[in-house]
Amino acid sequence: MTTPLLSVKNLRVKFRLDKKNSFEALKGISFDVMPNQTVALVGESGSGKSVSSLAILGLLPKENATVDRASVIEFEGRNLLTFSNAEKRALRGSKISMIFQEPMSSLNPVFTVGYQIEEVLKEHKGLAGKAARERAIALLTEVGIPEPAIKIDSFPHQMSGGQQQRVMIAMAIACEPKLLIADEPTTALDVTIQKQILDLIAELQKKHGMSVLFITHDLAVVGDIADHVVVMRHGEIREQGAAREVFAAPKDDYTRALLACRPVVDSRPKRLPVIDDFMSGRADQMRLDQRTRGVKDSDPVVLEVKGLCKDFVSREGFFGKRVFHAVKDVSFKLRKGKTLGLVGESGSGKTTVGLTIMKLHDATKGEAWFDGKNILAMSEKEFLPYKKRIQIIFQNPYASLNPRFTVGQIICEPMVVHGIGSSADERAKMAFELLAKVGLPEMSFYKYPHEFSGGQRQRIAIARCLTMKPDILICDESVSALDVSVQAQVLNLLQDLQDEFGLSYIFISHDLAVVKYMSDEVMVMNNGEVVEQGDSDALYSAPQQPYTRKLLDSIPKGLGAHG
Amino acid sequence: MTTAAMNAAAASAPARSPGLWSLAWKRLLGDRIAIVSMVVVILFLLLSLASFVGLVAKDWNREVAINYAPPTLFKDSHKPAADLKAGAKDGGPAVDSGAAKAEVVNDRDPLRDVIIELKGQLGQATGEVDSGIKVVDPLADVMAELRKQLGRTGDGAVAQADEKRAEHLPFGADKWGRDVLKKVIQGSETSILVGFAAAIVATLLGTVLGAFAGYFGGKTDDALNWFYSIFSSIPYILLVLAIAAVLKQKGIVTVVLILGLTGWTSIFRLVRAEYLKHKARDYVRAANAIGASNMRRMFVHIFPNISHVVLVQLSLHVVLFIKSEVILSFLGFGVPVDTVSWGSMLNEAQNELILGYWWQLVAATAFMAVLVTAFSLFTDALRDALDPKLK
Repeated sequence: MTTPLLSVKNLRVKFRLDKKNSFEALKGISFDVMPNQTVALVGESGSGKSVSSLAILGLLPKENATVDRASVIEFEGRNLLTFSNAEKRALRGSKISMIFQEPMSSLNPVFTVGYQIEEVLKEHKGLAGKAARERAIALLTEVGIPEPAIKIDSFPHQMSGGQQQRVMIAMAIACEPKLLIADEPTTALDVTIQKQILDLIAELQKKHGMSVLFITHDLAVVGDIADHVVVMRHGEIREQGAAREVFAAPKDDYTRALLACRPVVDSRPKRLPVIDDFMSGRADQMRLDQRTRGVKDSDPVVLEVKGLCKDFVSREGFFGKRVFHAVKDVSFKLRKGKTLGLVGESGSGKTTVGLTIMKLHDATKGEAWFDGKNILAMSEKEFLPYKKRIQIIFQNPYASLNPRFTVGQIICEPMVVHGIGSSADERAKMAFELLAKVGLPEMSFYKYPHEFSGGQRQRIAIARCLTMKPDILICDESVSALDVSVQAQVLNLLQDLQDEFGLSYIFISHDLAVVKYMSDEVMVMNNGEVVEQGDSDALYSAPQQPYTRKLLDSIPKGLGAHG
Repeated sequence: MTTAAMNAAAASAPARSPGLWSLAWKRLLGDRIAIVSMVVVILFLLLSLASFVGLVAKDWNREVAINYAPPTLFKDSHKPAADLKAGAKDGGPAVDSGAAKAEVVNDRDPLRDVIIELKGQLGQATGEVDSGIKVVDPLADVMAELRKQLGRTGDGAVAQADEKRAEHLPFGADKWGRDVLKKVIQGSETSILVGFAAAIVATLLGTVLGAFAGYFGGKTDDALNWFYSIFSSIPYILLVLAIAAVLKQKGIVTVVLILGLTGWTSIFRLVRAEYLKHKARDYVRAANAIGASNMRRMFVHIFPNISHVVLVQLSLHVVLFIKSEVILSFLGFGVPVDTVSWGSMLNEAQNELILGYWWQLVAATAFMAVLVTAFSLFTDALRDALDPKLK
């Protein structure tokens, strides 16, 4: 057996919260990274996976993080934890380098990408001037940037998200590191781009013979590229082993839950199993209960959108203006108690459709017939009574709740605005009922949003919408920011509410598997146009358009690559 | 844990979570400098409140000591005062006894206002008079005549006052023998009142205009920004003079209006930027989605999220306006002569300084420096407490 390149032994990290309390982020984890191997560190938020990578790089915040004395992080046989700051700096970027989740915020916006790559080369390789520039162009060519000789002089904002991530990768491999740490490198990207970046990392790994430590929350993503998988939860390692084994025969309940709670394209259980179900052994029978989807012509139509267009006009120069067609001629029917899924990559106009129907944007053209009236032609005042009947749940549960309101105020606010309930007490009583309905404890009423996790916040947002008893609920990427297990819980909740109240959903997401799970009908959008529209089962099993096929092919299969 | 134990734990836990303000208050109390500066500021506030309701320094206008009586600590090192004392005892310059009469009968004297005004015109010239040169007050006879007609003889009162006059006071005395300590306390009341009132006016104006400009954007924003730009392009002193000329009368309200109307611009800019930032946030869009009106979104939803910025600005502007009031009063655009403020004290001290009577200057400066420093430190601590990420 070869000696590992990186060996983490019994790593314990504590964070001091205040004078008395501390929080143990890592409770003694051990794993090895062999040379020329890709190891995936998988876990949900709070599992300690990012803390591990920061510890390896020596980037933990000094003021409140303490690494246990008995911990060892061995890199090429030397303990990194005993390195001086200068030694650590010399190591970072040259032998170990890192790529981050957000390429836009990791690149400095005021320098050209060429300058930033050359800086790395100057720092660690002593290259300067023409030699550095040539090497930078070679690197950009290697990571697949088109026209690298021209692109080298562009600024980060002139590139797309995928290209920015490629530049980050170029910087990371500039000094031919032995170990590349990739912290959620594809989470912020669209599925098609995600696939390209994953392929690129796998290709570079083989070509340069480096090791990759791949950190992600999404087990399915690593199936294609990892040799070895480490599953973490709450600062502990639940399971580790060869990727093939972990995927084919997970030993730990938690790993099984992670694999199962993510909706898949070819199965639609009535409820998604969540981690609790696995821990208590209920999961297997749940999977058998299938739900049928699809619409019949006899289902009543609640909302009919005809020829919806939305242009954004931006001023350019002194007199000129540029028109951007965000949505071009979109028409659809939404049926009562059914879900219409809206999929597309970022910039496809799917969110704009949702916001325009709610009149949060003014439509440029088109009609939306609801309850026998064209709501798009209404004035703000006329629309007010209809406003409560069409509601929206936003993507980011951290931003959509007013941080200065208690949960009670947040839930009561719509009732105050629409005059629902006669007194504060009555409203509070209704709020308590709704909290129970979305599965939150009564105590939540008095708390502030920041005291809740992402999934709980999304429940609060759902409860807020339910106060108005809407007919239509627009879910704009409502589960995209959540961990897979929490996502399953929220999807189950949405499903229950639809069954109970007969709500109609417009479910907007870039995640094709989630849309497939939730939707009766699906509409695929690209560049503001509807590419394909139809019954969800039919569309997924036999996509008619090449774009739809391309999207479906990009879904990470997890097990796919391994069997 | 059993269910019972869990219930007990839940019951013992505080039912309500601490909000922004209680957390900020907690952080503020953990800051030593904040506590010291807060205590100093509160002492000043209590002092001016006490003076406002008349508990202390009510009789600041009374002439309780000899002219330019030195502070107790320096009574030996100041001979000029002794000379004046002699002058005052043997009748002194006519103007002094005349003024003394006026002050002793103070509230009952129907001529008080006339005298004070006359004194205001003459004070400059006569105040510096050395005891060697006798200046005859051209009005002395007229006044004596007037008093006789009114059936009052001031002579007895004058004698009485002369007997009682102290030779030195803790903080010294001014030109007319008024207690500098009482004057400076009275001055704090004026300055703090002006500072707070003007800061509130400016903050209200700046916040409301800023909220409208930032929230509505477009033409409203253009118009308000245009107004703001014009306003801030006029030199400050010129603007003050213009507003003073329009308002035409001197008084505390005038000063408050001058400062409030000129000082809202920086708050406007900040609040506008905050509203621009917040109106695009998801929680405001969510408020729109549930049907909250514009006003409700602006002031019920967004305002609590920026209120800490406004509070810090308010605090900053109190300091700024206390200083501005001093400058205005010093230049003579501030409070009227029958009101004392730190600025008018400094103005008087200008002429006294050349004669070596420094105590009025020191008293006013020291009080102002302590308050302004304490308030500035408090503002810093407040900002840190409200925005812990800033540290």
